[in-house]
Amino acid sequence: MTSPASLSSLPAGLAAGIGRRARAIAAAAGDVGTWRAELLPQMRRLGVDSIPIALFIALFTGIVLALLASYIFTRRLPMYLVGTLVGKSIMLELGPVLTGMALAGRVGASIAAELGTMRVTEQVDALETLTFDPDAYLVTPRVLAAALMFPVVTAFAVALGVAAGWVTAINLLDLTTLEFVRGLKQFYRTKDLWYGLAKSSSFGVAIAWIGARRGLATQGGAEGVGQATTMAVVQGCGAILVLDALWALFVL
Amino acid sequence: MIVLRDVAKAFGAKEVLRGVSFSVPDGANTVVMGRSGSGKSVTLKLIVGLLRPDRGSVEVDGREVPALDARELAALRRDIGFVFQFAALFDSMSIGDNLRLGLRRRGLDRDEIEARVADALRLVDLEGTADRFPAELSGGMRKRVGIARAVALRPRYILYDEPTTGLDPITTSDMDLLMQRTRDLGVTGVIVTHDLKSAFAVADRMILLHEGVVRVEGTPETVRASTDPAVRQFVDGLPSLGSGAGAA
Repeated sequence: MTSPASLSSLPAGLAAGIGRRARAIAAAAGDVGTWRAELLPQMRRLGVDSIPIALFIALFTGIVLALLASYIFTRRLPMYLVGTLVGKSIMLELGPVLTGMALAGRVGASIAAELGTMRVTEQVDALETLTFDPDAYLVTPRVLAAALMFPVVTAFAVALGVAAGWVTAINLLDLTTLEFVRGLKQFYRTKDLWYGLAKSSSFGVAIAWIGARRGLATQGGAEGVGQATTMAVVQGCGAILVLDALWALFVL
Repeated sequence: MIVLRDVAKAFGAKEVLRGVSFSVPDGANTVVMGRSGSGKSVTLKLIVGLLRPDRGSVEVDGREVPALDARELAALRRDIGFVFQFAALFDSMSIGDNLRLGLRRRGLDRDEIEARVADALRLVDLEGTADRFPAELSGGMRKRVGIARAVALRPRYILYDEPTTGLDPITTSDMDLLMQRTRDLGVTGVIVTHDLKSAFAVADRMILLHEGVVRVEGTPETVRASTDPAVRQFVDGLPSLGSGAGAA
């Protein structure tokens, strides 16, 4: 049973733990010489290699959104608003969130599995004996790469999603390009785009951070790696939903 | 010199070390023996600061390891090479890059790095493997690369964690020879093993850990001559089931 004394020491312990973690993050981020060489390969791996899956999702999202808009608006609202719904939905919400969810699976799982395997095969210990800080060498470049590349991947996804909505509208909904673009532009604000991209960057940080922490905390063998990977994906998806709500609450 | 005084370490409810004290003299191979789970590998990780003791002192060249900050710990680790049980090579890198990584970290110039890589691979009879990857090598070859990675750093100490586990007798003899060669180069070795043949082949000093404490410490002759039942059981390889020696 937890004693009152140990309960009262919980906040102090938590604060000390957060303080230690913050100092470790600052030290790792400041160790530029260690993570610099790893940044570009990670940007390619986490970002460029993720573009196909993001485009695949965006393509079908754009098509479905256009058809859905048509179903909702027919005989109730002007059809050029299909462009508005497709553009706004993809830029503000579906582009960043669906891309984030897909990358939580691809990137989060990949980081957790890689670092988890390194942990259980003592490669992380080996790095430490070679005087590398694992946070600087393994975590920082992955988190930075995800922060920088998730918006790029999302931008591609948004562009293809809107294009897919446009192609669907002019081929299946009897809209003209002018009508679709009119709807797209009518309620467009610059914030729509940067909001979605900035949000996706925060998703990238969360997914890479969670994947790395779960990986480095792996215990045991293959089973431990499997558990770390599963937890990374589940927690990454959860973090996206929480962050999405926070962005909507405080920034939108 | 490495000195451990009254070191205790537990993982949850399991007390692995319960007051271990011993010293490792410079320029010699000290073998730490004991049954599986007796805390041998934990002892090595305490020496290099990968683990912190719950109690006691771990001193390397007068530096109290658990008290070192990150920078001091990095400085200490420059003096120590570590050969892991399963080599722990970075599988995304070639053999050459595995060796170069630690050398680049020390800020050596390219020519010096390449010379040390070549020397270290020659020492372990693996010339010509620099461009191959760990997955392309046998277990014994990977362990030899692990030694080469440690030796290339030219450390004062090399800690070997079960260097001969899982190897065939010929490769085991090769590993023993390498540990003697590095000792002859002036490197102090701490070798953790439960392979008795290998232990007696390379040891200048021996320590037997039993139930979390040092049961015997001395020269190989001292260990061979010991009449302690737990030492005799280990050295003679007697079964523990029903013997009662485990409770000694």
